Amino acid sequence: MDNIHSALMIGVIALVTVLLRFLPFLIFRGNKKTPEFITYLGKVLPFAIMGMLVVYCLKNISFVSAPFGIPEIIAVAVVVLLHLWKRNTLVSIIGGTACYMVLVQLVFGG
Amino acid sequence: MKKNTKTVKKAFIATLPVMAGYSVLSMGFGILLQSKGYGVGWALAMSCFVYAGSMQYLAVDLLAGGVSLITAALTTLMVNARHLFYGISMIDKYKNTGWKKPYLIFALTDEVYSLNCGDLPEDVDNPSLYYFLVSLFNQSYWVIGSVIGSLLGSVIPFNTEGIDFALTALFVTVFVEQWKSTKNHIPALTGVIASVLCLLVFGADNFLIPSMLLITAVLTFTRRLERRQNNG
Repeated sequence: MDNIHSALMIGVIALVTVLLRFLPFLIFRGNKKTPEFITYLGKVLPFAIMGMLVVYCLKNISFVSAPFGIPEIIAVAVVVLLHLWKRNTLVSIIGGTACYMVLVQLVFGG
Repeated sequence: MKKNTKTVKKAFIATLPVMAGYSVLSMGFGILLQSKGYGVGWALAMSCFVYAGSMQYLAVDLLAGGVSLITAALTTLMVNARHLFYGISMIDKYKNTGWKKPYLIFALTDEVYSLNCGDLPEDVDNPSLYYFLVSLFNQSYWVIGSVIGSLLGSVIPFNTEGIDFALTALFVTVFVEQWKSTKNHIPALTGVIASVLCLLVFGADNFLIPSMLLITAVLTFTRRLERRQNNG
């Protein structure tokens, strides 16, 4: 019973996820021209969504309890500055992540 | 064929940051799932068929808690509704990708989206192959990592705390890259401000759908304004 319920649940989660991913393509499919408003959204949404994803990644920071989001603020600043300086994605990500790991493990850890 | 080697190489290089972030997150997922009594088969099945990072973590709680199927469906809907947006902005890019299209759509995660939504790297002359490989490489890292995590349990030789920041860093670099690519910063600012507002109002567990609605509303409104200015 338990295993069957678990398998069904994974099936449901997979199905809903796949439906959400396919829905826009099913609605605006074929060689029909995509409506102008959707084309417009397609152009501007990436900029807005990337902002939303950054906020989503940082959503669990607490500014009222230690360490007050300080590691995240510093590490995000390091990523931004490195990227403006070198414009190399790998350098920015490795630098920012290393900085964050040092901060949470050694500086604010414990 | 020589041309495709270049595309393969570019796709592989583009996915390296995701490899870093995923290897930790997926192993963490495998370990967590194992700790709740679900072995390697479950980890493999979920990473192959669900393939949605944060949702899989949540799914561990749902499985362990034995919630109803309806609760599972609604939770997935809330957490993954943002994928609707990915689809909307990839409709034109994923047009004419032939047999690769169903997989491209299936594998459209946050990370794949962040790599495929922008301009292609230079020297890529086979865009659909590039998109396909980016998707496939990313999912491979995810699947392999969750299997290893499930098998090895918590035997990891060094302290990985904080390494999952790699994915946050990836999104931040894409954000900066996009910011530099355009003079119109209204969409980017709308995304950040609307999400922060909704996070404050609705809380960390419920802010995604309100944010999406607010972003769509604001961007619809600014388009009207622009049109009026252009016409008048």
